Amino acid sequence: MKNNFLLEIKELRASIDTKEILKGLNLEVGPGEIHAIMGPNGSGKSTLANVLTGREIATVTHGSVTYDGHNLLEMSPEERARDGIFLSFQYPIEIPGVSMVNFMKTAVNEQRKHNGLEPLSASDFLRLMREKKELVEIDSALTNRSVNEGFSGGEKKKNEIFQMAMLEPRLALLDETDSGLDIDALRIVANGVNKIRRPDTSVIVITHYQRLLDYIVPDFVHVMYDGRIVKSAGPELALELEERGYDWIRKEADVSEESWTTDRK
Amino acid sequence: MENEQDKIISDVTSGEYKFGFVTDIETDVIPVGLSEDVVRLISSKKEEPEWLLEFRLKAYRHWLTMKMPTWANLKIPEINYQEISFYAAPRQKIAPSSLSDVDPELIKTFNKLGIPLEEQKHLTGVAVDAVMDSVSVKTTFRETLAEMGIIFCSFSEAVKEHPSLVQKYLASVVPYTDNFFATLNSAVFSDGSFCYIPKGVRCPMELSTYFRINASNTGQFERTLLIADEESYVSYLEGCTAPMRDENQLHAAVVEIIAERGAEVKYSTVQNWYPGDKDGKGGILNFVTKRGMCKGDDSKISWTQVETGSAITWKYPSCILRGNNSVGEFYSVAVTNNHQQADTGTKMMHIGKNTRSTIVSKGISAGFGQNSYRGLVKVLGKAEGARNFSQCDSLLLGHNCGAHTFPYLEVDNPTAIVEHEATTSRIGEDQIFYCNQRGISTEDAIGLIVNGYAREVLNKLPMEFAVEAQKLLQISLEGSVG
Repeated sequence: MKNNFLLEIKELRASIDTKEILKGLNLEVGPGEIHAIMGPNGSGKSTLANVLTGREIATVTHGSVTYDGHNLLEMSPEERARDGIFLSFQYPIEIPGVSMVNFMKTAVNEQRKHNGLEPLSASDFLRLMREKKELVEIDSALTNRSVNEGFSGGEKKKNEIFQMAMLEPRLALLDETDSGLDIDALRIVANGVNKIRRPDTSVIVITHYQRLLDYIVPDFVHVMYDGRIVKSAGPELALELEERGYDWIRKEADVSEESWTTDRK
Repeated sequence: MENEQDKIISDVTSGEYKFGFVTDIETDVIPVGLSEDVVRLISSKKEEPEWLLEFRLKAYRHWLTMKMPTWANLKIPEINYQEISFYAAPRQKIAPSSLSDVDPELIKTFNKLGIPLEEQKHLTGVAVDAVMDSVSVKTTFRETLAEMGIIFCSFSEAVKEHPSLVQKYLASVVPYTDNFFATLNSAVFSDGSFCYIPKGVRCPMELSTYFRINASNTGQFERTLLIADEESYVSYLEGCTAPMRDENQLHAAVVEIIAERGAEVKYSTVQNWYPGDKDGKGGILNFVTKRGMCKGDDSKISWTQVETGSAITWKYPSCILRGNNSVGEFYSVAVTNNHQQADTGTKMMHIGKNTRSTIVSKGISAGFGQNSYRGLVKVLGKAEGARNFSQCDSLLLGHNCGAHTFPYLEVDNPTAIVEHEATTSRIGEDQIFYCNQRGISTEDAIGLIVNGYAREVLNKLPMEFAVEAQKLLQISLEGSVG
C-alpha cells in the first residue's frame, strides 16, 4: 500500500563489523523534498548512505526502511538503483578500461529495461549524453575517458552529477558532495543538481558545511549525532549550526551516560 | 547473510562449462601404452608413406632419451604415458565428400557447439575443418577454395594428395628434436589441418579448424601446417572444447606456419578446453608448440589467442623473424580461474634486418588460478635496426590468485630498440559496488571491466569470433569476485 512518503526509515540500527553505528534512526522523506543531514564526524552519516544503497559492509540489525511502499532492505543494490535511488559517492572510484560511454549506456538501458522500456539506440543515447553534458556543464574531455580515470577530485564530483542527470533518479543521495570542491566547482555542481531535479525528485544532502545549502536550499535540516537523528527543523537550523557548532546539540540530545564518556570533540 | 549475489554465484558456478557433454559414437581406439609398435600402428591406420613413418620413428626414439622439462611455473600432475591411448578416431569414412556421409551424431555434436558443418549461405565467410578426437571430420568449402589453388584439408589427406608440399615444409619450423612434447607429437600425431595459399592469392574467407576431444583416456596430438606462399594472405582461426571428465587428458599439439616473401598470416585461437572442476579435478593438460617462420622479406605473422580453458596451459606461440623487414605479433588474453594454471607467452627471434615485433599479453587471474607470462625477445648480432614493444598486464580478481611475469630480453645488436611495460591491477569490490549502484549487475560489471581490459587483444580477432570471445571471457569468470 503506497503512502505519502517516498522513504520511511523506522528505528534503524546498523553495525559495521560488530560496532553499532546507527542506533535507532528515524526519517521520513516525501516526494520532491530536499533534506539535509548534518553532523560531526563519526555520527554515522556515511553508514546511513551505505545502508540505503545496500552496501554489504553495513549490517542492519533492527528497524525498517520502506521505499515507495517496498521493503528496501530486501532489494539488491542494483535493484535499488534501477528503482531510482542514486548515490553521489564521497570518493568515486576509478574503473580503468571501461569507457564512460559504455558504462552509462549499460546503466541507462538497465534502468529502461526495469521500467519496461526498449533500450536506447546508439544515436539516441549519444544525443542524451550531449544534452546532459551541457546541462551540468561537464567537459566532453571527461566523458570521452574511462570512468573517473585520471579525474581530479572536482572532476569526479562533477562526473557524479553528470551520471545523476543521465539516470534521473527519484531519490538522490549526495554524500559529502561538497568536500574537496572550490567555490566555483561547488556552484556548478549545485546548479547541476537544481537543474536535474524534477518536482517529484527527493534529495538527501549529507554534509558538514552550510555552504552547499546556500545553493541547494533544503526543506528540512536534520542533525545526526551518535547514530540517530537528534534534531530536525527548517533551513535556519543549518545557519545556527554554522554559528554555534555542534556542542549545544550534544547537550540537548538525550544521550546515555556511556556516550558522554566517549571522547567527542 | 544469504543474498541475491550469493544466489547468482552459486547458480552460475555449477555446470557453467556448457561444452561438457559426451558424444555417443563408435570410436576406434587402440589399447593404452606407447611403444614403437604403437607408432607403426598409428602410421598404418592412416596408410602413410614410408618417409613419414621414418619421421615418426626417429622422433619416438629421440623422445625416449628426453625428460619432461620442469622449468615452468606449473605444478604438473604425474603423466603415465603407458596409461594413455594414443589414437582414437570416430569410426567413419575419412574425408566424406558430402554431409550425408558424416555420422549424424557428429553433425549433432557440432551443431550443439555452434560449428556449421553445412555450407550455410550466410556463413560463406568461414570455411571449417571439423576435427573430432584428432581426426578431421569434414572440411567445408574445399571446392570453392580449390578453384583459387588454395589447399585446405586435413593433414592426413594432405599427406596423400600433396606429399611433396608436406615433405618440404613439415618440421622446418619445429624440428622433431625441439622439445619433449613436440617430439612426442612428431611420433604420434594423428591429424590436424593443412593449408597452402599459393603465390599472390588473398584467401577470400576465414579458414578455421575446430578441435573437439571426445574419447576418454586418450591423448590428443594434432599437427597443423600452414604455408603462405609469396605475397599471399590468410586469416585462420582455431577453436577448441572438450567434455567434462574427472581425469586429466593430455593435449600436445604442434602448429607450424611458414610465410614466404611478402606473405601475411593471421592465426587466431579461442581455446576453451575443459578446465577442470572448481576443486581442480580433471581438465585438459595443454602443452602446445606453435611457431611461425617469417621466411621471406616483408613477411608478417600475427598470433592472437584467447585462452580460457585447460587445467594447465603451456604454450609460447613464437615468430622467427628471418626475412628483412619482417613483422611478428603476439596478442593474448589468458584466464586462470578456480585451480587453473597457465605458463604462457611468446618468443620473438629477430634475425633479419629492420624486423619488428609487438607483444601484448593480458593475464586475468581469479579463484586460485596461477597465471604466468614468459616471454623472450632475442635480437641476434646481425639483426640491424630491430624494434620490439612488449606490454604485459595482469588483472587479479580476489585474494587467492597469482600473476607472475618472466620477461627475458637478449639483445646482441646495439641498434636495437626494445621496450617493455608491465602493470598489475585488481578488480576491487568498490568498483563492483559502484557499478551495482548504477543499476549494473555484478556479472555485467565484471564483463564490462574485463572486456575493457582485454579490448586491445579482442579487437585483433576476426569480428565473428570477437563477440564469442567476449562472451566466453565473461562466462569463464562468473562467480569469481569475492
